[in-house]
Amino acid sequence: MARAVTTQRKTLNTLIAWSIGFVIFFPILWTILTSFKTEAQAINDPPLFLFFDWTLENYAVVQERSNYMRFLWNSIFLAGGSTLLGIIIAVPAAWSMAFVPSNRTKDILMWMLSTKMLPAVGVLYPIYIGFVKLGLLDSRLGLMIILMLINLPIIIWMLYTYFKEIPGEILEAARMDGASLKDEILYVLTPMAIPGIASTVLLNVILAWNEAFWTLNLTAAKAAPLTAFIASYSSPEGLFFAKLSAASTMAIAPILILGWFSQKQLVRGLTFGAVK
Amino acid sequence: MGRIVLESVTKKFGNTEVIPPLDLTIEEGEFVVFVGPSGCGKSTLLRLIAGLEDVSSGVIKIDDNDATDLAPAKRGLAMVFQSYALYPHMSVRKNITFPLRMAGLSKAEQDERVTKAAEVLNLSDYLDRRPGQLSGGQRQRVAIGRAIVREPSAFLFDEPLSNLDAALRVGMRLEISELHKRLETTMIYVTHDQVEAMTMADKIVVLRAGNIEQVGSPLELYHSPRNTFVAGFIGSPKMNLIDGEEAAKYGAHTIGIRPEHISVSGSEGPWSGKVVVSEHLGSDTFFHIHGTGLADTITVRVDGEVNFKYGDRVYLTPRDDVIHKFDAEGLRIG
Amino acid sequence: MATQHSRSVARFMLAPAVILLLGWMLVPLTATLIFSFKKYLPLRGGDLGWVGFDNYVRFVSSSAFWPSVMATLTIIGSVLVITIILGIVLALLLDQPMWGQGIVRILVIAPFFVMPTVSALVWKNMFMDPINGILAHLWKFFGAAPVEWLTQASMQSIVMIVSWQWLPFATLILLTSVQSLDREQLEAAEMDGAPWISRFWHLILPHLARAITIVLLIQTIFLLSVFAEIFVTTGGAFGTKTLTYLIFQRVLESQNIGLGSAGGVYAIILANIVAIFLMRAVGKNLDS
Ligand SMILES: Nc1ncnc2c1ncn2[C@@H]1O[C@H](COP(=O)(O)OP(=O)(O)OP(=O)(O)O)[C@@H](O)[C@H]1O
Ligand SMILES: [Mg+2]
Repeated sequence: MARAVTTQRKTLNTLIAWSIGFVIFFPILWTILTSFKTEAQAINDPPLFLFFDWTLENYAVVQERSNYMRFLWNSIFLAGGSTLLGIIIAVPAAWSMAFVPSNRTKDILMWMLSTKMLPAVGVLYPIYIGFVKLGLLDSRLGLMIILMLINLPIIIWMLYTYFKEIPGEILEAARMDGASLKDEILYVLTPMAIPGIASTVLLNVILAWNEAFWTLNLTAAKAAPLTAFIASYSSPEGLFFAKLSAASTMAIAPILILGWFSQKQLVRGLTFGAVK
Repeated sequence: MGRIVLESVTKKFGNTEVIPPLDLTIEEGEFVVFVGPSGCGKSTLLRLIAGLEDVSSGVIKIDDNDATDLAPAKRGLAMVFQSYALYPHMSVRKNITFPLRMAGLSKAEQDERVTKAAEVLNLSDYLDRRPGQLSGGQRQRVAIGRAIVREPSAFLFDEPLSNLDAALRVGMRLEISELHKRLETTMIYVTHDQVEAMTMADKIVVLRAGNIEQVGSPLELYHSPRNTFVAGFIGSPKMNLIDGEEAAKYGAHTIGIRPEHISVSGSEGPWSGKVVVSEHLGSDTFFHIHGTGLADTITVRVDGEVNFKYGDRVYLTPRDDVIHKFDAEGLRIG
Repeated sequence: MATQHSRSVARFMLAPAVILLLGWMLVPLTATLIFSFKKYLPLRGGDLGWVGFDNYVRFVSSSAFWPSVMATLTIIGSVLVITIILGIVLALLLDQPMWGQGIVRILVIAPFFVMPTVSALVWKNMFMDPINGILAHLWKFFGAAPVEWLTQASMQSIVMIVSWQWLPFATLILLTSVQSLDREQLEAAEMDGAPWISRFWHLILPHLARAITIVLLIQTIFLLSVFAEIFVTTGGAFGTKTLTYLIFQRVLESQNIGLGSAGGVYAIILANIVAIFLMRAVGKNLDS
C-alpha cells in the first residue's frame, strides 16, 4: 500500500486487534493458567488471574491417574501414520488428476469430497461389527486406516490444487530427459511440491489428532489417543477444574506448538490452495 | 543421425482434427523451422515428434526406425520449451546433469559434459545458482545446455525466444544458429516470427490449420510462394495482394507485389494514392498508402530517407519482373 | 500432455484411491441399508428378521426426528453465518497496518488446534458452569443473574462453542483472500469518492466470493458431523439432539441397530441434499 498510515490509526488498529485476539485466545490461556492452580484456587471467587501459588501438582496427578504417554504415543502414531499412508495413496492420484485430466476429473474430485459428507454415525455399526470380526477393534492399525480414509479426500483435493500450479511442461521436460514415471514423481514433482505437501501433511495431522468420533467409538484402552484421554475427564469427581485444565493442556500442547511453529505452511494448507 | 520422417501423420483432439494427414521429411543435420499463425498446430506437430502426444494415425520414423509408439525418452530427442521448463528446485548444474543422471552416466562423465556445455553457453559462473536467480537469457541457455549434454539426434525448440526482449532475442537467435553450425545436429524450431524463420532456417515449413502450405528454403519461399497465404506470411512488411481489374491486366485473379519492389515518386507512376503513415527507420522508410483503388492499403518500402508526409499524393511503379500471379484458388500461376 | 500410455498409467495411479474410497463408501453403506430393513437388537435377541420399512416409519414418526433435523440445520446455519460474518470483519481488521500482526494471527488461529473434546469440556466447565464458570463471574460482576448456559440456552451455547472452533478457519481463508485484493482498484474507487460501504459491497465482497465458498464447503462438511461437542456438553438434552446424535443414541444407547440404521439412511439423504446445494454453488465458483 502506497499510502502512509497515521500512527494514531495504527495504534487504534493494534488495540482493537489485540483485544479481539486476546478474547479469542482467552479460553486456551485460561485453561493453561488454571492447570497451574490448586483446585481451590481454580474456583476462587473472584477468579485469580496471575497471582496464585503456581504448582505442577495437577500434572503429576493426571499422569498418575492415566498413563499420558501411552495416549500421546497413540495420538502421534495415529495422526502420523494415517497422514503418511494417505499421502502415499494420494500423491499418485493427485498426479493423475492434475496432469492427465479427463472430462471426468472434476466429477471424481467432487465425488471424493462428497464421501466426506457421509455421516459417520450412519455407518458406525457396520464398521464396528466389521472391526470386531476382523479383530481390529481397539487396534491402532484399524483406527489408522479409518482416519486415513476419512481424510483421504481432503489430502487428494489439497495435493491436486497444489499440483495444478506446477507447469506440466516441467514434467514433460523430465520425461524428455529420460525420467521414468517414478523418477518424474520422485525427483521433479515431489520436490517442487514440497511446500504444498508440507501444508497438506500439517493440516491432516491436525485433523487426525483432533478427530473425535471414530477415536471415541472404536477404541477402549489399548489404542485410545488423546481425544479419549480427555473424554475420561468429562465426568466430574469433586473439585476437578485444575486437573481438567492440566489434562487439556497436555492434550492440546503438542499440536498447538506444532501449529504455531508451522503457521505459514498451515495457512497455505488451510486455504486448500484455492484462495490466493 | 537425426533424419525424421512423418508419413500420413494425423492428430485429433476429441473430434477436432488438428493435423490432417501430413507428410514431411526432415533430413539429417537440417535446421527446419515450422512457422504459421497462432493455433495452426505447430506445437502439436512438435509434440507429436517428441512423443509427448500420440499420433491419431500415421507413422513417425527417426533414423529409419519406427518411433511412432516409442516413449519420449527413448526417441533420443531433446526439447527446449517456451517456458524453459527448468527444474526450479535444482541448481543449474543439477538441471543440466539431470538427463545424464537419468541415463545412468558416471559422475565423472557428467561433470565433464557439464563443464563443456557450460563453457560453450557461457554458464560456467552460474552453475551453482538456482534458475530463479538467473535472467531470462541465462535461463534460456540453461535449457539449451540441458538439451545439448544429452547429445540427442535432434533438437526440438518450441518458440524458445518468445519470452525474451527484442535485443536478447537477436543475440540468442545468433547463438542458436551458431550452435547448429557447430553441432551439425538436426534442429526443428517452432516460431510464429517470420524473421526468425527467414534468418535461421535451412528449410521452412509453413503451416496453416495443420496443413503444410509450402516447404522450401527461405529464399524459395520469398521468391516463389506457392499461394497467397505463404506470400502474405513470408516477408516483412507483408506482400501487397491486389485483386480485380489491375490483376486481370496481368492475366491473374490476384497479383502480389512486395513493398520493396515498388518505387515511389512525387510525379509519375501507374498507381497513385495518399500517404497515411510513414515510418522512418533510417536505413529504410515504409509508406502506407490509401486511396489507390487497388487494395485498402498499399505498403511501400524505400531505401534510405525519403520524405513524403501525411496526405501527400504519391505515384507508385511496381517492378513487373517480380510480380507474383495467383489464380482464383490463390495458387501461384507460372 | 496425454499419450495413450500416460492415460493408462494415470488410471492405474488413480485406482487405489478410488477403490479405497468406493469401498469405504459402499461396504458400510450396503450394510447400513440391509440393517435398516431388519429388526436387529444385539442385546435383546439379535437378528429378528426383515421388517420392511418399519424402521423408517418409526424413525420419522418419533417425536425426536424433526427437532433433530432442525437442530442439525440450526447448528450448521448459525455457525456458518457467525463465522463468515465475524470472519470477514476480523479479516478486514487484521489486514490493517498494526503492530504485532503475526502475534495476533497466532492468537486468532489457536482455537483451530484444540480438539473438540477439550474445547467442549473447557467451555462447559470453566466458562459455562453456572457457579464457578468465568461467564457466571462476569454476569455477577455486572449485577446480572448467572445463566445456566447448557440448560437454559443450550443451543446458543453449542453454537457458540462450535463457532469459536471454526472462526479461525474462516478468518484465515478470508484474510488470505483480502490480502490479494487489488489495492489500486480500491484506491481508484476511493478517489472516485465511493463511500466505504459501497466499496465493500461492490469490490471487496465479490472478491471474497470464492473464499466464502470454500469456507461454506469445508465447514459444512465438518459441521454435518459435529459430535463430540454435544456428547461432552449436553449429551443431546435440552433441544441439542442433532440427527447424528439421535442415531448415535439409537445405535449405541438403545442398541437398536435397525432403527439406527434407518436413521443413518435419513442422515445420508440429508447430507446429500445439503451436498447437492453446496456442490452446485461451489462447482460454479471453483471453476474459474
Ligand atoms: N490438448 C488439447 N486438446 C484439445 N485441443 C488442443 C489441445 N492442444 C492443442 N489443441 C488445439 O490444437 C490447435 C493447435 O494448437 P497448437 O498449440 O499446436 O498451436 P500452435 O501453432 O503451437 O499455436 P501458438 O503459436 O499459439 O503456440 C489449436 O486450435 C488448439 O486449440
Ligand atoms: Mg505453440
